[in-house]
Amino acid sequence: MSDITKQSLSELVENIKGKKLSSSEVTNAFVERSEKSKELNAYITEDYANALNKAKKFDEKPNLDLKLPGIPMAVKDLFCTRDLRTTAGSKILNNFVPTYESTVTQNIWNQGAILMGKLNCDEFAMGSSNETSFFGNVQNPIDKNLVPGGSSGGSSSAVAAQLTPITIGTDTGGSIRQPASFTGTVGLKPTYGSCSRYGIVAFASSLDQAGPMAQNVKDCALLQEVISTYDEKDSTSIDFKRNEYSKELTKDIKGKKIGIPKEYRVDSMPKEIEDLWKKGIEYAKDCGAEIIDISLPHTNYALPTYYIVAPAEASSNLARYDGVKYGFRAEGENLIDMYEKTRSEGFGAEVQRRIMIGTYVLSSGYYDAYYLKAQKVRKLIKNDFDDAYKKVDAILTPSTPSSAFKIGEKTNDPVSMYLNDIFTVPVNLAGLPGISIPAGHDANGYPLGLQIIGKAFDEQNILNIAYAMEEKINFKNNITDWWIK
Amino acid sequence: MSIDLKTIKHISKLSRISVDEKKAEKLAGDLNSIFDFIEKLNELKTDNVEPLTSVAETTLKLRSDEVKSKNLRDQVIKNSPKENEDYFVVPKVIE
Repeated sequence: MSDITKQSLSELVENIKGKKLSSSEVTNAFVERSEKSKELNAYITEDYANALNKAKKFDEKPNLDLKLPGIPMAVKDLFCTRDLRTTAGSKILNNFVPTYESTVTQNIWNQGAILMGKLNCDEFAMGSSNETSFFGNVQNPIDKNLVPGGSSGGSSSAVAAQLTPITIGTDTGGSIRQPASFTGTVGLKPTYGSCSRYGIVAFASSLDQAGPMAQNVKDCALLQEVISTYDEKDSTSIDFKRNEYSKELTKDIKGKKIGIPKEYRVDSMPKEIEDLWKKGIEYAKDCGAEIIDISLPHTNYALPTYYIVAPAEASSNLARYDGVKYGFRAEGENLIDMYEKTRSEGFGAEVQRRIMIGTYVLSSGYYDAYYLKAQKVRKLIKNDFDDAYKKVDAILTPSTPSSAFKIGEKTNDPVSMYLNDIFTVPVNLAGLPGISIPAGHDANGYPLGLQIIGKAFDEQNILNIAYAMEEKINFKNNITDWWIK
Repeated sequence: MSIDLKTIKHISKLSRISVDEKKAEKLAGDLNSIFDFIEKLNELKTDNVEPLTSVAETTLKLRSDEVKSKNLRDQVIKNSPKENEDYFVVPKVIE
């Protein structure tokens, strides 16, 4: 079969279970395509030889009862993988080899999947274009010199280019949904507490969530089913009854009430986004959903709130990188000098900027004015959603205020870069699940996404709505393999 | 509000990140534009609002106090940039 890499995860699982394909054949195909796709710079660390060995071992004694039997897969380089370098896209972790495995990746290997390598991302997941990575830009397979979104940019590029059948990312303010939207793929940010944060390099602990990225909703549901488990090693992991998301997936969403928040109609919104949203509303109606206008009055305050809360938590989380216990060290004249040089040389510009913002808002005299204020506004934002969910089952919005932009276009203006996350950030602040599905193209043929936001722990419902709408939208990604010579 | 170079130097000290003059000027510009954007929050009255510290509305679970991982010394030391058998090594602290 020459077109193995074109198959969806569900097809590959079926073909391996039906003994039409072996894990070695599948792994070989994805490794070969990854080898030919170095120009995308989607990988930071490749582990192909080990992957092929593991596939061979799987085929010798295949366990076909598993959910991901012998499926090869690359993951975002924010997940700690035992004995395989984990960098978080940073120079400061350039030589870090974890001695333990993240819970989310362990869940994946327990279901038979095979690690192919670690995917590029913005440094410590801080960025919306994958341009802050110490390991360089990632190319969007949609077009040359186009960003793949961020921070899970290597992940979105690799799934869209079919270097991996499926992957996982992390989402603190939009880092799964925005890159999914930029590459014509599907990305789910689960409810806070659904997937364990154990072994994920921490950015902002009250916002970080891992989630699946895939070519379609069904694959996304299957991976979510695998990665979402209660974990006592994460004190904010929540013990709730999890659905069998892929088995319970249905296109029957008749009578579901879907809210349209008027505040998401932002001033600078391009007409093509507005049109996409209108089209989305029509698709939802066609599926039998009832459309209801709602208000989320504090939407405009979400980004300013996020740019206090996230840097504050980051400045505290990143205090551990001191050149003593692990990672990069710069020599200094004394201990303090060593700390300061290590952090100045080890962190990139965006990470340093955010550590400084966070340190400032937490510093004596400013804590109440900034950090406490932001926590209070965060409460108002969550209350908006709580009120809306008294009337509706889910909320439909665009995923991003624009399509993918060119590499270098927004690097000099941090605030314009931050505006990318205007529709995704409120969801993290409220701890809710959100999914981005591809829904159309702009004038250049670049993909555009729609976001469906759910109630806490209601992943099944937004997956169902996405599944029903996906069929109506019938989106086709236009990828020409321009990077393969 | 404006963040001046003196404040940048102060934050850089607290952050343990060294900055030279050129970097300090760039950071002052960036931080001022970001804080202009953040100031929007002052439009809201929040006197009677409870701060939200965690969206996970659960209380922490208790667990029994037992050792689950043992003999991790080698693993803990493994990634250290400089070590001497059982210790992390840093520049001399006490003269």
